[in-house]
Amino acid sequence: MSTDFAVNGRAVTVDGHPMERLLDVLRGTLELTGTKEGCGEGECGACTVLLDGEPVLSCLVPLFQCAGRKVETVEEIAAGPHRDLLERFVAAGGVQCGACTPGIVVTACALLDENPSPDRDEARRALAGNLCRCTGYEGILRALCGEPAR
Amino acid sequence: MNGIGDSPPRPDGMAKVSGAARYADDIALPGEWFGATLRSPHAHARIRSLRWHPERAPAGTVCVTVADLPGPNGVQLLDDSWPILADGVVRHVAEPVALVAAPTRLAARQALAAFEVDYEPLAPVLTMEEAEAFPPLYELGMESGDFEAALAASHTVIVGEARTGYQEHIYIECQGMTAWIDEATGTVHALGSMQCPYYVHKALVHAFDLPDERVRVRASAVGGGFGGKEDFPSALAIHAALLARASDRPVKMIYDRHEDIVGTSKRHPAVIRTWTGVDAEGRLLALDIEIRMDGGAYATLSPVVLSRAILHSFGPYRCGAVRIRGKVLRTHTAPNSAFRGFGAPQVQLAMERQMDRIGRALGLDPYEIRSRNVVEPGDKLPTGQVLDASTSARLCLEEAERRTGFRARWRELEAARAQAKDGELQRGIGLALYFHGAGFTGNGERRMRSPVTARLLDDGRIEIATAMTDMGQGCAAIFPQMAAAAAGVGAEDLVFAEPDTAEVPDSGPTVASRTTMIVGGVLVRAVEQIRDRVLAVATAGESFRDAARRLRAAGPVEVTCYHEPLEHQTFDESTYRGAAYPTYAWGADVAEVEVDPDTLAVRPLRVTAVCEVGRAIHPTLCAGQIEGGTLQAVGWALLEEIKLQDGRYLNDRLATYIIPTIRDSPRIDVHLLERGWEGGPFGAKGVGELPMDGGAPAILQAIENATGLVPAEVPATPERLLALALTPSPAPSPPWSHLS
Repeated sequence: MSTDFAVNGRAVTVDGHPMERLLDVLRGTLELTGTKEGCGEGECGACTVLLDGEPVLSCLVPLFQCAGRKVETVEEIAAGPHRDLLERFVAAGGVQCGACTPGIVVTACALLDENPSPDRDEARRALAGNLCRCTGYEGILRALCGEPAR
Repeated sequence: MNGIGDSPPRPDGMAKVSGAARYADDIALPGEWFGATLRSPHAHARIRSLRWHPERAPAGTVCVTVADLPGPNGVQLLDDSWPILADGVVRHVAEPVALVAAPTRLAARQALAAFEVDYEPLAPVLTMEEAEAFPPLYELGMESGDFEAALAASHTVIVGEARTGYQEHIYIECQGMTAWIDEATGTVHALGSMQCPYYVHKALVHAFDLPDERVRVRASAVGGGFGGKEDFPSALAIHAALLARASDRPVKMIYDRHEDIVGTSKRHPAVIRTWTGVDAEGRLLALDIEIRMDGGAYATLSPVVLSRAILHSFGPYRCGAVRIRGKVLRTHTAPNSAFRGFGAPQVQLAMERQMDRIGRALGLDPYEIRSRNVVEPGDKLPTGQVLDASTSARLCLEEAERRTGFRARWRELEAARAQAKDGELQRGIGLALYFHGAGFTGNGERRMRSPVTARLLDDGRIEIATAMTDMGQGCAAIFPQMAAAAAGVGAEDLVFAEPDTAEVPDSGPTVASRTTMIVGGVLVRAVEQIRDRVLAVATAGESFRDAARRLRAAGPVEVTCYHEPLEHQTFDESTYRGAAYPTYAWGADVAEVEVDPDTLAVRPLRVTAVCEVGRAIHPTLCAGQIEGGTLQAVGWALLEEIKLQDGRYLNDRLATYIIPTIRDSPRIDVHLLERGWEGGPFGAKGVGELPMDGGAPAILQAIENATGLVPAEVPATPERLLALALTPSPAPSPPWSHLS
């Protein structure tokens, strides 16, 4: 069965089982490996992408739900208008091993689109679904809330 | 120009935030197949028969059983007692029994159903209490001073027990490895997520019975390690390589989270009993510590974990007479092994809780009892090691007090507790003091020698070749930074060689907080020699790069240096006398919590961590280690738990094994103290594991301050605290050896 949707501004037609995980379609069929798998059950947020602009967990989204919709992955989002945020992530110690980072970047950019200067509480609410095991979240909060690097 | 003490952007940073960094599962080799593992459903069973029914498997599937091993059935670590595949007997749930490879991930999983195994269940040993009746995996002890006399002279004797549970690493990238065999040369290749390329190399050489040069191991980007990728990647690389050999193709093995949790190591659960004699002022006179750790079914790295535990069990305190014994018990559970801290967090939790008991018995607050016992420069540890001038336990204690006003707040909350109204949230504050020896224990660094190679490239840049992997901690940033400072050049003149056993020397594993302090120190010396050779030929006004290019054009320029231990660092491994570590990093944590008196749920509000690290090469990365390690300690203290049923982990997914989210996390406030240490590059000490030691005891003391309960077990879940509230305090047990 084929499904038509848009990925990173490009129209794609994917032949695959309607229940195939969007995560596998992105990483496998479309070779967009920036989106990571951390748990496969919607707990860690490493596979976060935007579906029609909303953060979703691509391990829980079946292919058929993407029909006619717009998917944006970290590859596209990182090339977008939030480059200064990415640089702040690096400068503030918001990235260590990097495995959770693409999901956090996607969620963070979606937050900034709605709220350009979040405070710590707003950032914590937005990132409640993204686990990070390296940073203790401090560097992530410094980056997202525009605090000094250290 | 990036100097020491600056925090330039890490070179892998933009690739990681943009999704471009390539981890094990992001690299697809042409024609690769996928591997899967058949695992034991039993904790202990005899394998009566193992049959493969190819007609039930997807076409083309290949399988590997223990009969197909080309060499010894052991993963070479300290020894090779850990089987590659179970041979006749399974000793833990999820132990690997056989392997398959197929063209797709799904087909590989489906193929597992083509095995038919007839198990004869045997009685398992599942708890440390049961395991006491059987020979341990390892035991070890040390004594110093006249314990009996010191105890007899004591004013007060305090006994106590602490218990700690499993902790799972939850690196966000699960274990992953691809292996293939070069058709022309027969060379076995492995590429994947690992901390220790040469451990994987050694294990493949042993398992395939090959000469060193017929095995080549490379690390991909590593999505977190924390010790969990110290030993396990050796087993996974062997599995993938066995399947590659059987299928004549590259075979990739990527664990999903469930498989990663059930099939790989954890932090050792431990029980520690402490028996302490003090004088009337609360000074430690006699200290008896008994350590029990659950090693699981195979020793893996447990002997060295126990060794480090023993050498940290007395805490950063003076005591003239100690008697310490430890055992790693054998149970029918997956082997427990390396996890950040490596035995030290368990024993320091026990010692810190013991200090709190002593303080309470003598009417001294947590600051005062520590202040009266803390080690100073020139003091001797129980090993006889004379502490150097950078010994900073008191400095950390005083700085933590200065920054948090701990003593006044602790007293205020002690008083407030008596007046607490029903249902009102209770606040508590807790203090812990801790230390961590960086580098291998004892003579490990002397044996390892840690060669580092620096060489000039054709373009005049200096390449630094080490076996260290950047698992997030940032050695790919810090090594060039140190090398640039040593050579007096810019970071753009340096190249950090990717870890590849064909290209880099065996500078040891990326473990034990040794990367910056030990390997970084060797690196600086190697680069200095290159610098001197370049400067010797440089003409007036010529840039370093131009002179280097000219020198290189005349022939290869390469220097390999080795670790040279400080003269005083000798250690007798039979008596445990001497300098167990070249130096120690020091820390004091103050934790503030809020406890709901109805549910006994604990919310950590803030942890202030004051750490003396010698010198922070890159303060942002250094503080990042402490921030992240502190949160791992908070998770271990409050949330992270694995319960067992018939030897099976019940918390075997991220939905049930809970690590702190951003909303569970306290504000973590790190203060770096830098006194410099003569033995480290630019004064740096190792820091990676240090922050794991202080968070849990500080949290437990804060819970005590808030509630009056005296928890000495982690995780301090509401269930455990409720049980404590409902049980009248049992008389504490004396150490095991005094039971008769």
